[in-house]
Amino acid sequence: MNDLTLIRKNLFRKKLRAILLTLSILIAFLIFGVLGAFHTVWTSGSEVAADNRLVTVNKINFTVSMPYAYWGRVQAVEGVEAAGHASWFGGYYQDPTQQVQTFAISPEAYLATYPELVFPEGQREAFIENRTCLAVGTDLASFFGWEAGDRIPLLSNIWQKTDGTSSWEFDICAIFDGREENMPANYAMFHYDYYNEALAFNQDQIGWIVTTTTDPSLNDQVAREIDAMFANSPAETETSTEAAFNEAFVNQFGNIALILLFVVGSAFTTILIIVGFTMVTAINERTGEIAVMKTLGFPAPRIFRMVLSESVLLSVIGGLLGLGLATLMINAIATVAAAFLPGLAMPLDVFVAGVIIAVILGLVTGLVPAINAQRVRIVTALGKQ
Amino acid sequence: MEPVASLYELKDLSKSYTRGKESIAIFEHLTMSIPQGDFIAIMGPSGSGKTTLLNLLGGIDRPSSGAVECEGVRVDKLSEGKLAKWRSENVGFIFQFYNLMPTLTAAQNVELPLLLTKLSGKQRKERVKTALDIVGLADRAGHRPRQLSGGQQQRVAIARAIVADPKVLLCDEPTGDLDRASADEILETLQLLNKDLGKTIVMVTHDPSAAKYAQRELHLDKGRFVEKELNPEPAQ
Repeated sequence: MNDLTLIRKNLFRKKLRAILLTLSILIAFLIFGVLGAFHTVWTSGSEVAADNRLVTVNKINFTVSMPYAYWGRVQAVEGVEAAGHASWFGGYYQDPTQQVQTFAISPEAYLATYPELVFPEGQREAFIENRTCLAVGTDLASFFGWEAGDRIPLLSNIWQKTDGTSSWEFDICAIFDGREENMPANYAMFHYDYYNEALAFNQDQIGWIVTTTTDPSLNDQVAREIDAMFANSPAETETSTEAAFNEAFVNQFGNIALILLFVVGSAFTTILIIVGFTMVTAINERTGEIAVMKTLGFPAPRIFRMVLSESVLLSVIGGLLGLGLATLMINAIATVAAAFLPGLAMPLDVFVAGVIIAVILGLVTGLVPAINAQRVRIVTALGKQ
Repeated sequence: MEPVASLYELKDLSKSYTRGKESIAIFEHLTMSIPQGDFIAIMGPSGSGKTTLLNLLGGIDRPSSGAVECEGVRVDKLSEGKLAKWRSENVGFIFQFYNLMPTLTAAQNVELPLLLTKLSGKQRKERVKTALDIVGLADRAGHRPRQLSGGQQQRVAIARAIVADPKVLLCDEPTGDLDRASADEILETLQLLNKDLGKTIVMVTHDPSAAKYAQRELHLDKGRFVEKELNPEPAQ
């Protein structure tokens, strides 16, 4: 027997209470872990953004298109290394529930702005040369079981062809991946010309322009020059760095970080009150036993540590169970939604932060009961028996 | 015959408490000596200060004035930390309601004071076994308090009190919650600890037949010892 035995036995002396407390802590950390993992994957766009990459969109909104001619003019701006354009196709495969993130792009120019996209030998060239080719990210390909050589139809619920249909036939001739693990590969790209020439409306319009500058220090200058070029036109532009664009894209769904903070903060505050109050009650119930321990010679600081450790142990057990369950849930979600949430996993920093929060939670909830236990007066406590 | 060395010296001991603005004296100017190996029964009416005196001897309360000396150590002057250490090394406590930890087994309850020593796990186990053997409860080592009778629980409490080999056992109504047969067993055990192991025992009791097991009876009333009796032939 040692102090840990005493701590453990005291913690689980009322099993139902211990289980309910652990469960409540578990739920708080489950929420923290799951939201933390989603937050990481949602905001990973700004992490993989290149320093010298700019995105130009319509000033009204990035969903509003701009004239195709803008692309040519942007390429001519001083300091621009490469510029490509892309348009949102949306699209789905066979059923509207099977959404496929698909972009119509200027193949060669667009790929020049994304040198981190990796293709198997010959497939990059095959994509550029073949007008009906669909380049598919590895996550998307593995989700649908597509391989190079497959011919598939993709339907759009936005765009219509002049023949009245919304279906485009594609030959998958390239499967690409990101150079780094955290780069998304859950989308597909195809030739803008193949898309544009069949459109029933909105022809010769593009969604956005991606530009790389010759030096990141030129970013502001190039952005200002691009936007100045189209000022006072029917389609004014707004140019920002890719990181800022990605962040703005995520924030259109709301301030994720603030929501996360609010939800997790509420959960932890509730747990703090519940666990803190229960610990105070639990220690009050044991005043007599604490007095006996002090009578036997257990010094007050040791009793303080034992009560505090009890609270920390409870919090860490609940926290680890919650984070473990969150990891299992995230892994399960990542398996079924790999194509839509690439890179979804329990980030190590979220897990470590969770463990640290669990320790802090335990210290905070245990502080008052530990002080109370330390201050127990033997004569008074034994006299109440 | 060699003079018996004194274990405790109480000098001009006073204890009072305040109720509102009023100071109420429990006892005043109490002076006494407790020799090593003594077995004293302190008797007296409720409120006479028996338990308070026991608390002062055990260093869990402090006098209002005067001195409590144990083998030359001014117990009343020790800091809280030193007092806790002194208690763990010198005093074994036995309470009326046993005060065992309900979550621990009999053996673990007995082992509790040994957590304050530097003994190894193996040494602690041996000590616990010996202590439980002395009180005749070795076969109940794995039982929790609620699985034991009142008498058995008190014997576990005695084992816990002696396991660290203290000089003195302070017993506060150790048979107050027991039937006569169990009480006699407990008192016989205390007598054995006094006679065979040389433990000094100070026992507070209301029960005259319990007091008969002691070598001496001291009657505390209205703050002073009014009567001292010797039990030349303590009960067997």
